[in-house]
Amino acid sequence: MSETFEPKIIAFVCTYCTYAGADLAGTSRLKYAPNVRIIRLPCTGRISPMFILKALQKGADGVLISGCHPGDCHFTHGNYHARRRWMVFRALLDFIGIPPERVKYSWISAAEGVKFAEFINSVTEDIRKLGPFEQYTQLIEQTQAPASL
Amino acid sequence: MAKIGVFICHCGENIGAKVDCTKLAAAMGEHPGVAVSVEYKYFCSDPGQESVKRAIRDNNLTGVVVAACSPRMHEATFRKACAEAGLNPYLCEIANIREQCSWVHTDNDQATEKAMDITRSMVEKVKRNNKLQPIEVPVTRRALVIGGGIAGIQAALDIANAGQDVVLVEREPSLGGHMAQLSETFPTLDCSQCIMTPRMVEAAQHPKIRLLTYAEIESVDGYIGNFSVRVRMKSRYVDINKCTGCGDCITKCPAKKISSEFDCGLGKRTAIYTPFAQSVPNIPVIDHANCIYFKNGKCKICSKTCQCDAIDFDMQDTFEDIEVGAIVVATGFQVQNNTMYGEYGYGKYPDVINGLQFERLASASGPTAGKILRPSDGVEPQTVVFIQCAGSRDPSKGVRYCSKICCMYTAKHAMLYAHKVHGGKTHIFYMDIRAAGKGYDEFSRRAIEEDEAAYLRGRVSKVWEENGKLMVRGVDTLLGRPVEIAADMVVLATAIIAQPDAKEFAKTIGIGYDEYGFYNEAHLKLRPVESSTAGVFLAGACQSPKDIPDSVAQASATASKVLALFSKDMLEREPVVATNNEATCAGCWGCVLACPYNAIEQKDILDRSGRIIKRVASVNPGLCQGCGTCVTFCRSNSLDLAGFTERQIFAEVMGL
Repeated sequence: MSETFEPKIIAFVCTYCTYAGADLAGTSRLKYAPNVRIIRLPCTGRISPMFILKALQKGADGVLISGCHPGDCHFTHGNYHARRRWMVFRALLDFIGIPPERVKYSWISAAEGVKFAEFINSVTEDIRKLGPFEQYTQLIEQTQAPASL
Repeated sequence: MAKIGVFICHCGENIGAKVDCTKLAAAMGEHPGVAVSVEYKYFCSDPGQESVKRAIRDNNLTGVVVAACSPRMHEATFRKACAEAGLNPYLCEIANIREQCSWVHTDNDQATEKAMDITRSMVEKVKRNNKLQPIEVPVTRRALVIGGGIAGIQAALDIANAGQDVVLVEREPSLGGHMAQLSETFPTLDCSQCIMTPRMVEAAQHPKIRLLTYAEIESVDGYIGNFSVRVRMKSRYVDINKCTGCGDCITKCPAKKISSEFDCGLGKRTAIYTPFAQSVPNIPVIDHANCIYFKNGKCKICSKTCQCDAIDFDMQDTFEDIEVGAIVVATGFQVQNNTMYGEYGYGKYPDVINGLQFERLASASGPTAGKILRPSDGVEPQTVVFIQCAGSRDPSKGVRYCSKICCMYTAKHAMLYAHKVHGGKTHIFYMDIRAAGKGYDEFSRRAIEEDEAAYLRGRVSKVWEENGKLMVRGVDTLLGRPVEIAADMVVLATAIIAQPDAKEFAKTIGIGYDEYGFYNEAHLKLRPVESSTAGVFLAGACQSPKDIPDSVAQASATASKVLALFSKDMLEREPVVATNNEATCAGCWGCVLACPYNAIEQKDILDRSGRIIKRVASVNPGLCQGCGTCVTFCRSNSLDLAGFTERQIFAEVMGL
């Protein structure tokens, strides 16, 4: 490949911390990689593992999840539920056929515009190194067409 | 069939210069379900909003996507415009192509491509949006003000004077805060006590203000209009209803050598004490850690002295639950401990003091009765060196920000010193003079021109003791040469920092804070006195370093916000709440465990003869805050979150 691979990354973020942090990166005119598409949710507690699977199934090369720091959740402890859910889900990623390094989890507060920009850049680089995520779509195609096996 | 209108805003050059809006509008116009796709320079402007309304009416739109700035900026604006055009406001969504696209990317093609993705994804979401109605909740017309310094007192008085009930909670034994410690105030040099104490008395005697001193906030539950606050009344060991404030106990107390917090360690107090003579309420407390009776089991001299039998050594902390509709946080600041600057010798040499200590020396009610005397030997200093920015604007050791008040109070200190010690010399090391404020620059000029303060632009590298003098070595960068001054006293203009427990406390109330522990406002410019939590407002230096006029102005602003909130019987709340499908709910109660607000109850489904046929979860929309944690928890997919339904989010993902 002569062109550098531009990964597609979908971010699920909470509106109170990370979405506001992303806005702050904007108002501070920080520059970061344009590969991320943000989906705003009220709280990381709202993020279902199904969203992540759907994103990867629909062509995302990486997914990131970010919300308020522990103890800072606007909804007092939605992010703790998200963390617990993530711990279980992470352990299952391999089993479902997703390399765990394609799904990133972070805490970024409304004051951390710089951290947001740096995080996006580092995730984009990491996913770029991993290359396009095709194994999963292939797997789905195979399982949907067992006759061809 | 969906008929979505897409409105792409140039935001002047902000979006237009980076994103090809014409291309974006054309692409969106092709997207299935999009009936109108137009661009305009400023959709938030009056003609812009009018054009949105007209498009809704002319095309019978079923949904609107405005591709513009962050929804945190103008979601409310456009939802209101939609409502005015007869479209349910919750059928309007914002695609953020400014803060999260045009402002952060350099390549025009990539930015345009990303803007397309963002807008398309939002169109897909809006197709699945439902009409929602705002939820109405009642308002408790009582405000809680936390902190009894000048900001808290001002907020409490303003709210109370408008006829609403206020509970004013102060954790120290007396109202007053830092302002009560000050000697005279810039730029008028009026005595702080003289302007402060009447306000303290007014607050304490106000029929609409309930004053709770020596009390702390234990927990805060609920939401705007309906907070439930638990207050801990710390045991004073003095019955507030019996004590007359005669002060006999204080005079007789044998433990007299306790360092006074109010005098910043420059004076002494007793174990039973009021922080200062003009304390409000004028009722002492017993310092449990230093009381001889509590240490040795013997003494009780105060109890024997008291004519009113007010001393109660068995007193315990008590708790009270208070219902309030709004909260004003005015918890103030602290001064940084300068011991981290070993080169300045603070903490090592007693005559190196901080600005607040100088205030106590200069105060008529202070430990020296207003005479400027060295702490070490009580001699009047003939040469004083002031070091500004001792901690402020110092990313390596101190804090990065400017503490705002130090330039002014150092000029004031130099003036007070010149007025009290005739012939005394002052040298002030500074980085810049920041004297922005009404009468401020004139004031600092006066310190130089009339009171002969010698300003030296430069930093101090070392302070050491030699032959009874404090030798100060620094540099005068304007003359480009080193300076050495033999001083009798050194005053550090210490950085203003957040209260040491500010972050913990923010978690108790559920508000945001910055990296330093100062509380975050909802919008730096447009909503400076509101916290990110609805119904919680910020006044004074807990938000950022502030002088007295700014603190008072902000406090009055919070009062107007509180009064606006109290002007209605019912509050409208966003209808972003969880709903349950009772037909599929299996009654596993996972959601009950997940809910941070106890908003989910069990509900019995009865048959015609009144027998329970099923138990299901039921969401109380008044308590639900719409985090959606329960939705993700639900094993049977029965719960869903209005405004962020499963259908909507999956559609968003698919749209990308």
